[in-house]
Amino acid sequence: MLRHTILGFVLALAAPIASAQGTIKIAILGPMAFVQGENHWAGAEMARDEINKAGGINVGGRRMQIELIRADTNEIQSVPDATNATERVITRDKADFLIGGFRSEAVLAMQEVAADNKKLFLGAGAAHPQLGARVEQDYNRYKYWFRVTPLHVGDLVKASFAVLGVAAEQFRKQHKIAAPKVAIVAEKAIWTEGIVKAAQANFPKMNLDVVGLWQPSAVATDVTAEVAAIKRAGADLVFTVLSGPVGIVVGRQMGEQQIPAIAVGINVEAQKDEFWDATAGKAQFAATLETVSEVEMTSKTIPFYKAFRQRFKKGPTYNAAGTYDSLYLLKDVIEKAGSVDTEKLIPILEKTVFTSVGGVIEFDKRHDLTYGPTRVTGIAIQWQDGKKVPFWPTEVKGMQPFKLPAR
Amino acid sequence: MGALRGAPVSFSRMIQDILITGLVNSGVYALLAVGFSLIFGVARIVNIAHTAFYMLAAYCFYALLVKTGLGFVPSGLIAIVAVTALSVLCYRLVIEPVREHEAAVLIATIALALIFQESMLLSFGGHYLGIPSTLEGMVHVLGVSIPYQRLLILIVAAAMLALVWFLLYGTRLGLAIRATANDLEVANLMGMNVHRVAMASVAISVALAAIAGVVVAPVFVVDPFMWLAPLVTMLAIVVLGGLGSLKGSLIGALIIGYVEAITVFALPAGAYLKGAVALAIMVAVLLARPEGLFGVAFEEER
Repeated sequence: MLRHTILGFVLALAAPIASAQGTIKIAILGPMAFVQGENHWAGAEMARDEINKAGGINVGGRRMQIELIRADTNEIQSVPDATNATERVITRDKADFLIGGFRSEAVLAMQEVAADNKKLFLGAGAAHPQLGARVEQDYNRYKYWFRVTPLHVGDLVKASFAVLGVAAEQFRKQHKIAAPKVAIVAEKAIWTEGIVKAAQANFPKMNLDVVGLWQPSAVATDVTAEVAAIKRAGADLVFTVLSGPVGIVVGRQMGEQQIPAIAVGINVEAQKDEFWDATAGKAQFAATLETVSEVEMTSKTIPFYKAFRQRFKKGPTYNAAGTYDSLYLLKDVIEKAGSVDTEKLIPILEKTVFTSVGGVIEFDKRHDLTYGPTRVTGIAIQWQDGKKVPFWPTEVKGMQPFKLPAR
Repeated sequence: MGALRGAPVSFSRMIQDILITGLVNSGVYALLAVGFSLIFGVARIVNIAHTAFYMLAAYCFYALLVKTGLGFVPSGLIAIVAVTALSVLCYRLVIEPVREHEAAVLIATIALALIFQESMLLSFGGHYLGIPSTLEGMVHVLGVSIPYQRLLILIVAAAMLALVWFLLYGTRLGLAIRATANDLEVANLMGMNVHRVAMASVAISVALAAIAGVVVAPVFVVDPFMWLAPLVTMLAIVVLGGLGSLKGSLIGALIIGYVEAITVFALPAGAYLKGAVALAIMVAVLLARPEGLFGVAFEEER
């Protein structure tokens, strides 16, 4: 009896080892209790199921299945939690590859753990330029990092200025005013500093009259004073640089105080489907730059959105698209290399041109996305009557007009 | 709008903005600070979970209003009653057994707050939730437009504070609460049930926090961490006004509410500093008057 028990026990232990032999282990790192982590995971599950169903990844003639490891980094609340989670998936779960990350402060630390362990880390959320700058400064240590999404802050600036330009042009046409007044509302954070400086330097050149700069905290729950002051300053457009929950508050309170100006720029909360409800329907005409949206940016965009909505009953964020793309990108380079050896994959990743959901991925020397019309530009959307309406870049199919309120 | 183009923002306009915005901000702070001060004055409980109850009330209101579709009034009332009942339960189970030890009470309430935060994170996720306004539209006072919802907050705050004043100075329960606040041991010797008085003040105090949660939920964003920022501001207010002094809390709320408004209007690029400026004023007052504006100097052991 005892012998049978021991035998059963040994077999039970051996079973997962046996079945794990044909798999590639990929850790999905994200704040799983938050929207970003939920989306990392959802995008990963979708890609895994599609790839595995189609026969897995062809590694030099051998078919391997993808096995995902769900790692809650809790990075929004704690950076140490994020590095611990990264350590854990590498040492205990024996992950082969890492995908994910969202909060720049945490991802900078996670990048170190990946570099220490020489693990390929495909970023699917953080925009801080330092992540890419490190690759250039110390290539041998940081070459394991590639940013699949989003564009880094420098390119986000270019894109957001272009979008503001579209809005300003529309304003000039509609109201016959040569120099629209612009208020800058940027949350106080490291990532906004460069954007604010660039905005103050460039807006006058774009024939825009800057009426002031307001810097609320990223987690401010009340900006009535700011909104009242912006209204007094007579702003026509409000250039937003917001990633925190203050984005909802700004959207909502601008609507509540019936300020005649409209918000254009970067507002991460306004990218989410939930934004309209979160602002109680007050954010009419608020516009934001987004990484990816439901228009034909590439041949993959619309099928991805359709499948995602069907499976999860809501729209994806850029983290979902980025994680989904990362898995397919990994499949692509593993199949090209015929190997899962990270050192062999890196040179191939550096040369790859890959059509993803949000654009055409080609990495530069910092392992950042190449910015431009034939590569990745992002997309701008405007909230019109509860719907996200894409309006920029104008050359993409399915764009609709940008609207200004009548006055 | 056309006529205003190019005109500088006048100083008097700014004063009007500050007067109105500061008053509305102060209303919410007063609701929170007076409750916190009451429970400290009567029971010497430093209730760090005070604003966590405010967060719970906002969630409860959200769940009832948005998820089950109950009306504004029933949702609000149920939220306030449920959170108040929960506070009494927490008091009996968690705080009363350790009440003699102030440090233990402090830690127990921190634990409670974190438990509430994590349970909301588990049940609702880290999403930012919005609640439709109870009242739509806006009114213009002195050229400043105030949405009705904010006016409602101000009116509710004023009414609740008046009610608390009446309760404390016009009823037998109020007399008992004031007597206990004045000297717990003598009140006990005079035959008052100090435990019941303490429980009543916990209930009143948390009810005020819950009312604040319900009325501000439609203007703020509901999320599991919404209790942290007001906690710091509220502590600054009660320390500034004098721990345990209700009058001090009210005046402190007005001071901090106005200081924040002035910071934003006078220093737009430093709007994020409004919390820091409020804390700096608290520190300055403490240096000059360690007991706070209206606090009694700390007695020896009592």
